[in-house]
Amino acid sequence: MSHHMLLAGPAAETTRVLAYWVLAVISVTSALGMILARRAVHCAMMLALVMLSLAVMYVELGAPFLAFVQVIVYTGAVLMLFLFVLMIVGITAADSIIETIRGQRLWAALGGIALLVLLSLVIGHAAIGPSPPATAKFGNGNLNALAQLLFTKYVFPFELTSALLITAALGAMVLAHRERTGPKPTQRELAARRIASGRPTPLPGPGTYAQHNAVDMPALLPDGTQSSLSVSPVLSGPTPDVSDYPEGLPEGSSEAEPARLASPAGSAGSADSGGQEAGDQW
Amino acid sequence: MVSPAHFIALSVILFVIGAVGVLVRRNAIVVFMCVELMLNAANLAFVAFARMHNGLDGQLIAFFVMVVAAAEVVVGLAILTSIFRARRSASVDDANLMKY
Amino acid sequence: MTGSVHSALMPQAAAALTTYHATGIQDAAGLLLAFPLAGAAILLLGGKRTNSWGHYVGVAMPLLAFAYGVAAYVQMLGYPAAHRSRELTLYQFIDVGRFQVPLGLQLDQLSICFVLLITGVGSLIHIFAVGYMSHDPERRRFFGYMNLFLAAMLLLVLGNNYLALYAGWEGVGLASYLLIGFWQYKDSAAVAAKKAFIANRVGDVGLSLGIMLMFAQFGTVTFQGVFAAVPSASHGVVTAIGLLLLLGACGKSAQVPLQSWLLDAMEGPTPVSALIHAATMVTAGVYLIVRSAPIFDLTPDARLAVAIVGAVTLLFGAIIGCAKDDIKKALAGSTMSQIGYMMLAAGLGPAGYVFAIAHLLAHGFFKAGLFLGAGSIKHEMNEEVDMRRFGGLAKVMPITWVTFGLAYLAIIGIPPLSGFFTKDPIIDAAFAKGGTSGALLGTAALIGAGITGFYMTRVMLMTFHGERRWDDTVHPHEAPPVMTWPMIVLAIGSVFAGGLLIVDNRLLNFLGPVTGVPPTRHGLWTWSGIVALALVVVAFGIAYALYGRREIPVTAPAGSPVTVAARKDLYGDAINEGLLMRPGQWLTRLSVFFDNRGVDGLVNSLAAATGGSSGRLRKLQSGFVRSYALSMLVGGVLLVGALLLVRL
Repeated sequence: MSHHMLLAGPAAETTRVLAYWVLAVISVTSALGMILARRAVHCAMMLALVMLSLAVMYVELGAPFLAFVQVIVYTGAVLMLFLFVLMIVGITAADSIIETIRGQRLWAALGGIALLVLLSLVIGHAAIGPSPPATAKFGNGNLNALAQLLFTKYVFPFELTSALLITAALGAMVLAHRERTGPKPTQRELAARRIASGRPTPLPGPGTYAQHNAVDMPALLPDGTQSSLSVSPVLSGPTPDVSDYPEGLPEGSSEAEPARLASPAGSAGSADSGGQEAGDQW
Repeated sequence: MVSPAHFIALSVILFVIGAVGVLVRRNAIVVFMCVELMLNAANLAFVAFARMHNGLDGQLIAFFVMVVAAAEVVVGLAILTSIFRARRSASVDDANLMKY
Repeated sequence: MTGSVHSALMPQAAAALTTYHATGIQDAAGLLLAFPLAGAAILLLGGKRTNSWGHYVGVAMPLLAFAYGVAAYVQMLGYPAAHRSRELTLYQFIDVGRFQVPLGLQLDQLSICFVLLITGVGSLIHIFAVGYMSHDPERRRFFGYMNLFLAAMLLLVLGNNYLALYAGWEGVGLASYLLIGFWQYKDSAAVAAKKAFIANRVGDVGLSLGIMLMFAQFGTVTFQGVFAAVPSASHGVVTAIGLLLLLGACGKSAQVPLQSWLLDAMEGPTPVSALIHAATMVTAGVYLIVRSAPIFDLTPDARLAVAIVGAVTLLFGAIIGCAKDDIKKALAGSTMSQIGYMMLAAGLGPAGYVFAIAHLLAHGFFKAGLFLGAGSIKHEMNEEVDMRRFGGLAKVMPITWVTFGLAYLAIIGIPPLSGFFTKDPIIDAAFAKGGTSGALLGTAALIGAGITGFYMTRVMLMTFHGERRWDDTVHPHEAPPVMTWPMIVLAIGSVFAGGLLIVDNRLLNFLGPVTGVPPTRHGLWTWSGIVALALVVVAFGIAYALYGRREIPVTAPAGSPVTVAARKDLYGDAINEGLLMRPGQWLTRLSVFFDNRGVDGLVNSLAAATGGSSGRLRKLQSGFVRSYALSMLVGGVLLVGALLLVRL
């Protein structure tokens, strides 16, 4: 059942106008916000808002399939990819306000206005009447009709898109692939590195002597203190207690200061101090 | 009464906003987002025209645009990460080696 | 007059065109070229390892060639006069469609004369050079070049077509260049070599154009073909060919106006001066004219030009010879003068061809003898050539004195030595030509004979008589036998060659089938011969008064304007410089200026404009993606706007 079928009559018309204006205001505002927000994450959120608004408009325009694709593929997949890359690049990265290229903003604004005027002229000049009555193609039959068109008239472009997607996937793999610059370390080198690190033994497993058999529970040392080495820094909270790890373990282990304060005295201290020295060297 | 002209006008506005965004933003990811905004604006116009002409071709073109946009984003972001890896910067102004 | 002579001689000239295939010994005439060519190859390619024995090879090859030449000559004498012209084809030189040039050799009476002269006198000079060059570390190279010269010269005289002749012609030019510049570390020698080469190029252009004209007109360049076709050609074409051949002859034989190189060519070793620049190569021009007799027979105009060139040159060279203190340059002036006689004779047509060749052969002996004598003196005087520093050499170098003296008597025409027999017929024939031109040419030849007597007496007196004027550091004595024997042989030739050739019309009868027969002369003594002899005696007296009785200053006195001019080669170089070199330099400078300012200026300014605008435009390539995007946006807006303007 199409929306059009459900929403009929003057009341439906009013709802439709209202929806359009609400969505239009939201999308334009969000779009403006997107180009004005300093933080890239905020931009992404604004873009998500625009996309969702457009998805609703697609429903209004009788394209339910595209609306779902818009939500699932665009907002769901593509935008999430943006967010992933943002995490790599740095989620806190913010643009500087100062423009470095002389006259860029002025000319961009002028160009934008000129484009707007030009396109407005074109649209104003064109005779765009009201929509014709919706047929089944714009309602329940939309999916079937699209599929029919896609696999008959547009089957060749459709097949081409598969090639495009494969090429894109390969391209992304090639581009993101990091070439090994040095030779691969041999077993002997790994062993020598391990001995030189000051901790030849494996790290203690979590919760070995604990009541709870969970990875986030630190192991207890013989003197009853907890070994922070036994817990992955990712799991150990907002200020990961990673300093006890010897070098060569995950990034971020340079934050050594809190660990030193937290490290217990005693027999564990000697082991810790060894790791500490290694950390200092690093 | 909401006519296709309304949607097309909205599409124009969004397109211009996206274009200006491409020109003024320096963060490459945001530039990409602006490009996506422009593509979305174009899609909206396609769908509106499809409704206007009572045919599905416009919708199908919008569908293809989405596919192409997805591919573009994948490759573009891969390029971005490799640039970032090499230069520790996501600013499009920093990648200006190919000049006079 | 010429018409009647011409018609009278045509049957005989036509008979000479009939040639037969060479057989027997003559069939191997290629050996004549092969011997010296092999010598040159061994010596020049063999390098230093042939240094110790190279000169023996260098001497053996001309001797072998001479022996073969004598054998071929003897075989030729066995044939009847009309069957003496023999041909053989070595290989197809050029084989392009209609253009067929076989590398053929022609053994006839004319070429065998030259073969015997070249190989005979050449052998003697080679032997002389063994002694003369004994102290030169590059003696092997010298003999290599000399053998190369012999090969080229033999090709020149043996070829049965103009192209082979031309190949030899260029070959002797090359050998001449290499040998004049043999001591190339001397600037003067290097410059002289280049001068000779370039002056010869001018003549060679004439010869090559003449050959091209022949091919264009007759479609062949063989002697037979050309001579058969030439009677049917228009008078203008024949005259043009004749004048072009004359230009070539002028270059090679140092005739006015291309005479300037010969005096400088004396920078080469003296055997070179003797062989190439006196006895053989410089006479190639005379050979060319005589060989082309069927062409010149048909064009009195070109023949007159030849005679005039010869007459002018014989006076020109004689005057220069009077003023030179350098013994080799005095002899070089004499060479020019004597070749002038030959050219004059050749220009007289059938009446003079035989006498030109006779004088050429006799001159080959006595001029080679004179040069070898000069070389012998130079060798003993520590390379001194200034006659003002000689004097009194007759006592210390008696053999040189006697041989030089005999050659001297031969050249001035004292009977019964060679010069008397060969020079007088030329003077006689010039007068016999008749008309104003004949009188003028004959008078010039007579005056020339007198001047010859003067300058040769001057050379003789300054060199061998009077007080000794050389330094105490020099100890001249007689040259070694390897040098004196060739001089003695040449002196004998100088004495007897003329008589043998002229008396009983021997050479005339021998060459007649090829060159035509001149009007019969009656007796050896003609009035012109007596006048010439009288003039020589007077000239001897004057020279004796000037140089025999008086003290000769070691530094040359200022002299009269004529003397000054003669010392400067009668301004031959100045004329060349003024007429050719300076305008050429101006033209070059003008072209350079035009090239720099005009062509280069245009190109450079275009390049500068392009470069400058690119330099400014490239600033647009800022590397900023956003700038590019902005340009795209603006461009797109403009494009759409323009479209709209058109559509709306």
